[in-house]
Amino acid sequence: MSNHLKNITLRIWRQAGPNVKGNFENHVIDEITDEASFLEMLDILNDKLVHEGKEAVVFDHDCREGICGTCSLMIDGQAHGPQRGTATCQLHMRQFKSNDTITVEPWRASAFPLIKDLMVDRSAFDRIIESGGYITADTGGAPDANLIPIPKVIADAAMDSAECIGCGACVAACPNGAANLFTGAKIAHLNRLPQGQAERYSRAEAMVETMDEHFGSCTNHGECEAACPKEISIDVIALMHKDYRKAKFSNRKDLARG
Amino acid sequence: MSLTDDLLAKNTVQLDSKIPAGPMADKWNSYKDNMKLVNPNNKRKFKVIVVGTGLAGASAAATLAELGYQVDAFTFHDSARRAHSIAAQGGINGAKNYKGDGDSIHRLFYDTVKGGDFRAREANVHRLAENSVDIIDQMVAQGVPFAREYGGLLDNRSFGGAQVSRTFYARGQTGQQLLLGAYQQFSRQVGLGGIRLFNRTELIDIVVIDGHASGIVVRDLVTGELQSHAAHAVVLATGGYGNAFFLSTNAMACNVTAAWRAHRKGALFANPCYTQIHPTCIPQSDDSQSKLTLMSESLRNDGRVWVPTNPDETRPAHEVPENERDYYLERLYPSFGNLAPRDISSRAAKRAVDKGLGVGPKKNGVYLDFADAIQRLGREVVEERYGNLFQMYERIAGENPYEQPMRIYPASHYTMGGLWVDYELMTNIPGLYAAGEANFSDHGANRLGASALMQGLSDGYFVLPYTIGNYLAPMLNKAIPGTDHPEFKAAEEAARLRFNGYLAAGGTKSPDFFHRELGKIIWDYCGMERTEQGLEKALSEIPALYEEFKKDLRVTGSGESMNQTLEKAGRVDDFFQLGMLMCQDALDRKESCGGHFRAEFQTDDGEALRDDDNYCHVSAWEWGGDPMKPNLNVEKLEFEEVHLATRSYK
Repeated sequence: MSNHLKNITLRIWRQAGPNVKGNFENHVIDEITDEASFLEMLDILNDKLVHEGKEAVVFDHDCREGICGTCSLMIDGQAHGPQRGTATCQLHMRQFKSNDTITVEPWRASAFPLIKDLMVDRSAFDRIIESGGYITADTGGAPDANLIPIPKVIADAAMDSAECIGCGACVAACPNGAANLFTGAKIAHLNRLPQGQAERYSRAEAMVETMDEHFGSCTNHGECEAACPKEISIDVIALMHKDYRKAKFSNRKDLARG
Repeated sequence: MSLTDDLLAKNTVQLDSKIPAGPMADKWNSYKDNMKLVNPNNKRKFKVIVVGTGLAGASAAATLAELGYQVDAFTFHDSARRAHSIAAQGGINGAKNYKGDGDSIHRLFYDTVKGGDFRAREANVHRLAENSVDIIDQMVAQGVPFAREYGGLLDNRSFGGAQVSRTFYARGQTGQQLLLGAYQQFSRQVGLGGIRLFNRTELIDIVVIDGHASGIVVRDLVTGELQSHAAHAVVLATGGYGNAFFLSTNAMACNVTAAWRAHRKGALFANPCYTQIHPTCIPQSDDSQSKLTLMSESLRNDGRVWVPTNPDETRPAHEVPENERDYYLERLYPSFGNLAPRDISSRAAKRAVDKGLGVGPKKNGVYLDFADAIQRLGREVVEERYGNLFQMYERIAGENPYEQPMRIYPASHYTMGGLWVDYELMTNIPGLYAAGEANFSDHGANRLGASALMQGLSDGYFVLPYTIGNYLAPMLNKAIPGTDHPEFKAAEEAARLRFNGYLAAGGTKSPDFFHRELGKIIWDYCGMERTEQGLEKALSEIPALYEEFKKDLRVTGSGESMNQTLEKAGRVDDFFQLGMLMCQDALDRKESCGGHFRAEFQTDDGEALRDDDNYCHVSAWEWGGDPMKPNLNVEKLEFEEVHLATRSYK
């Protein structure tokens, strides 16, 4: 059954653009049902702001089902808020109580420059995928899907890391602003599968080096795993390092030339 | 003379479906054998614009770039990977017959035509069924981690409207895994320079010069800047219009603008009243809710749908004895049971709730119960099959579905209607294509589960890359209009005026307020059940609300930086105009078929009653300058293979 929360104070980060100074702005939500999602509360606030002639708070969001990875809020200092394994859009007000003050900030990482208010630019993730986060398989030439049996445990493990929604919580939670969990998850997905073997080492090399151009370095804090809404394990980082090291040590490009 | 023939004679636009001659099973091969080709070295001389990066858009853009065309791809999201295809849960159909249970291309074709209540174009559906097989191969080659059996072969499950297991899946996140597959292939081409990606960029208008699609005008959402882009061909893969209902399972940003702007430039909009109300969504909990959440149809493989027989039932679900429960789908449709098609299941749920048998605090849902499945299979197996869905349900509803049944209710989910396209997926504007949910062609009046992913990928991977070549080949080395052409300038100016108008409206209410009100009208009168009286009421209320929108809209902020309120205003404006067309189409179609249920036309036991003599046609509407005055054109539907019959799932 639903209950109502009263007197919620939102301390929201407002910043008109990347090159201007930002500040916190306080807004009070007098009453809200605990059935409402966190983002529905922001919808209600925005409707009120527009009604009062003020500019709405800009924030990224879309599917509201925890799968598209668009939403990206630092809530009380935690990426996606207090509930483990939950993206902001799946966070509901029943996680909070009356009279709470909730601080809402954007992802803060140098690789994710701010666009406005709570919205940041996460294109650097796309650059990592573009550098090697794929299996080269042009349309048309694929063999029958059942030609290569893939043991269930392998397929399941690949799926575990393929679940990454690319939200960037791992980067936001990391004191170094590293993207190792994101990059490792894609490498682990593709490098575990038989289809991914042909490009295994060139993929690891290219993706890690692109990642390093944009993001900070990993020092094994493990904050990324704790913040990940899909609860992806940091094991993927170990796998990434292993494949990267192999790619470097075996000097595969030279070997390939014979 | 039937109404169809009568209307056909009055068409103002020539609708040539370009269906190839020959037997059904040979049509697509015969098309490919006879189409015009562009030499590999000449492909780079052509530029193709692809708008939208969901399954259809990403797969089309990637494949066209692989072939050598220059592709400019546009998405209003921050990344191509965010497109709403990502939220599809249950699976994708493929006529592989890996289970040896009697599946075939013909059977998938037959199920889809029948599921669509005989309102789809047979030739398109057959091609879709043929391509379904290649899609599975292609996606596996790309590394999509589909569910597997212990021996390493692919697993399948069943979906509504089928009696075979042909649905491939990746947990409850099949759409995500397929989209990421297509996105990765797309990203590879971005990295290689085959695709130029424009993110956070929204289509505002289509530019048609000398009758040909020549480019688009877009708005950079970060800076507010309007830009023109010229090309040899334009593909719209911009999704459906389910958000016309405001509350739907669509993502918040899904909108009809691209298709609607094309419509206003002359593209016909077909069957707008064919909307799918999905039976298994989490019921609305509060009036301030912004979004409904789907619970995958795959849950109906193991979940049983029921309501208590006593409207005053107050006991928790597990205390209601068996003989006081009505498993109404199993009772009414014994041969398909809980896997009856979506339109039928939705109406049955509505009737139960309308009779006062609804469950939950608002009595606005029915139970989807897993107690039997958990007892039969064990909690672990149920968790493996549906774990993430159960978790999602718990997050939203605050109840544990392992312990108490889910509460579900129908919600707007998918739209079968869309831009009219011919067999080549080209609209009636030469050079303008529509793919995926944005077109109308394959699902008739009701889409079967696990068919949307199939259609998006079929269009993008295996249809457009062929058919676009057929259009481009004769244009080799001929100049096309550039963005300095007056038509581009005029479209930019019109867009500027439009957006400045929203900013200057100076009223008191937000775009969201109007969207919510509009959605309520469309849901009440053009939702699961429609009547002449209700539709007429809607057609007087929507224009009145639209007038208020124009006068009393308030958009704060400026047009020169990220402004989501301004974006929304443009989208709501287009939903208003579409809403009027939806209701006019629903009023005009005096029969019931699939998702279009007119209460006046039903059988004695409450099933949809088609009128094949008068309505066996596609209603394709032409923009008439005023959203209340569209011109009707029709395409007659001929059924050669699947004989017109009353759908029965009993």
